[in-house]
Amino acid sequence: MKSLFYGSVCAAALSLGAGAAFADGISDDVVKIGVLGDMSGVYSTGFSGEGAVAAVKMAVEDFGGTVLGKKIEVISADHQNKADVASATARQWIDEDHVDMITDLTNSAVALAVQQLASEKKVISIATGAATSDLTGKACTKYGIHYGYDTHALPVGTATAIVKEGGDSWYFITADYAFGHALQDNTSEVVEKLGGTVVGSSDVPLASTDFSSYLLQAQSSGAKVIALANAGQDTVNSIKQANEFGIVAGGQQLAGMLVLISDVKSLGTDVANGLSFTSAWYWNHDEESRAWKEKYMAYSNNAAPTFPHAADYSLTMAYLKAIEAAGTDDADAVREQLGKMKIDDFFAKGGTIRKDGLLLHDMYLLQVEPGKEDPWDVAKVVRTIPGDEAYFSLADGGCALTQE
Amino acid sequence: MLKLILAQGMLGLNNGVFYAMLSLGLAVIFGLLNVVNFAHGALYMSGAFLALILYSYLGVWIGLDDFHVNFWFALILVPSMVGGLGMIIERTLLKWLYRFDPIYSLLLTFGITLILQGLFINFFSASGTPYPGQPESLKGVVNLGFMVFPKYRLFAIVFSIAVCLAVWFVIERTRIGALLRAGTENPDLVKAFGINVPLMVTLTFGFGTALAGLAGVLAAPIYSVSPLMGADLIIIIFAVVVIGGMGSIMGSVVSGFALGLIEGVTKVFYAPAANTVIFFLMVVVLLVRPAGLFGRQT
Repeated sequence: MKSLFYGSVCAAALSLGAGAAFADGISDDVVKIGVLGDMSGVYSTGFSGEGAVAAVKMAVEDFGGTVLGKKIEVISADHQNKADVASATARQWIDEDHVDMITDLTNSAVALAVQQLASEKKVISIATGAATSDLTGKACTKYGIHYGYDTHALPVGTATAIVKEGGDSWYFITADYAFGHALQDNTSEVVEKLGGTVVGSSDVPLASTDFSSYLLQAQSSGAKVIALANAGQDTVNSIKQANEFGIVAGGQQLAGMLVLISDVKSLGTDVANGLSFTSAWYWNHDEESRAWKEKYMAYSNNAAPTFPHAADYSLTMAYLKAIEAAGTDDADAVREQLGKMKIDDFFAKGGTIRKDGLLLHDMYLLQVEPGKEDPWDVAKVVRTIPGDEAYFSLADGGCALTQE
Repeated sequence: MLKLILAQGMLGLNNGVFYAMLSLGLAVIFGLLNVVNFAHGALYMSGAFLALILYSYLGVWIGLDDFHVNFWFALILVPSMVGGLGMIIERTLLKWLYRFDPIYSLLLTFGITLILQGLFINFFSASGTPYPGQPESLKGVVNLGFMVFPKYRLFAIVFSIAVCLAVWFVIERTRIGALLRAGTENPDLVKAFGINVPLMVTLTFGFGTALAGLAGVLAAPIYSVSPLMGADLIIIIFAVVVIGGMGSIMGSVVSGFALGLIEGVTKVFYAPAANTVIFFLMVVVLLVRPAGLFGRQT
């Protein structure tokens, strides 16, 4: 028995490779997961908020509530879409509360700040709601992971489809911060590569209520496509007001670059009819996903079954499995384990977490379709976009870690 | 090009509705009480929230899910409620500060703003909630030739012009208005005529704040109702009042609509400047006519 024990320890040590001496076991006898999200603002319904906390908690419960015999604890806080508030909370979580992993991080400005901070303190951060591809590009870090989607993967599906159908001149209505600009740049790249042109853009502050004057500028630009490089309530308001001012009726096409099914539901499928958008997951795609959606909605008191919430569940599971496999919650060991694992669940099929932190997995092009029975069944899957096509390659991302 | 100018002008006029109605209330209050009411934006926000609560929440609270207080009732009910709140504020808090420097009442009303905002953020979250009670008869659009314009926004423009004219008429052309203006000039003399000046002051403050509440109801169907909607607007409103001339009724109405229009048209020529054009004009006006365009030079 003793020799068997020593044997397995030796095997484990060997498998970790020379020089990689990790702390064994669980630090402080508890694994703490911090959900740092937008709990009250424009992103609190579909991306973040109570729905995200519920997804993480449900994953912890499904995992059994303990890992390696130690308790798993979930805490959450509202970052109010302010990078400084988020950094202060993250700092407190890491220094005083000994949080082991920080997730959600909706809002790109927040995610960029917290990912940097967490890595400096050797804590794993897994961003879901944030979109900017810089997280795994020029701002990549050793312990930062981006799980679900990014501003590069979104336009590949949507913009390609629209340009191919003849929508070759674009006007952008852009959320005026890191996320909106990244989305606009990445989309423009796709459009121009396919021979389309970008005729103009309007920068709109986050959480504006009146988009009418920007929409009129877009209308008068004569562009065939008005692209919404914004998200959440901003997207809902832009689409609603575009209808009010007869812009769609006038022959211009709206293209939401980041649309969630909760946005479509709040607009109504009649208003959003025909809108194409790219999503990291759709609940009615297969049996496994449908089953997860039923369970999640019952568990979360009817939170929106959107892809960021599905991603929150999936990443929590992956993180806990990695701790189990590594035999410790040490950040280096867990990060290495995450890189070796295949993410194969209802959310991602055969996904891998790359060295730059990106979860490479398939994306879906959806189209709004009215008149279905389930109020959440707002769209149909038009196309599955392979991960390699949707995301930039390791070499193109510009992450310094990949050049070692 | 002309079409675009007209279209952005219409939208500007639409914003001007709220500039005019809010600065009108501020002007009435400042004119009579010499109080810079910083809580005006928060009272406007409260008006929008009250309309939302009456429509969406009240029914649920009292157990009748289908009970909604519709927009037209809210248009009467909410200003009286906000006006009442204004009178309570005046009677219990503001009145103790008249004998001090105006800066004290400004700070007091600023504090009230923060309290009201905090309360609504606590109960309704910082993001906007759409107001679903837009009346059926005002849904849809009107084709103006140069653009299609939502019927409701057109109604808001017409309605607020009517309200502004009515207020101007009452204050400048009637006996009550004459008393009010006399009270501003020389309260002691008016008191000597047997007029109850403190009551008049309370009613005026209530009236000014009721106007803010009315603007709030009017704004609810256009913008999402959010706790910070007043804070976003109040700085512009002060600029409008300064440009129009502190305390001048006509000045605040005319400059409210005019500045909305200018802001809108600026968007056609150089959009990023639209947010600052009002403040640029304020600087120019202050340098050339320190009392404002319609203010009396002293």
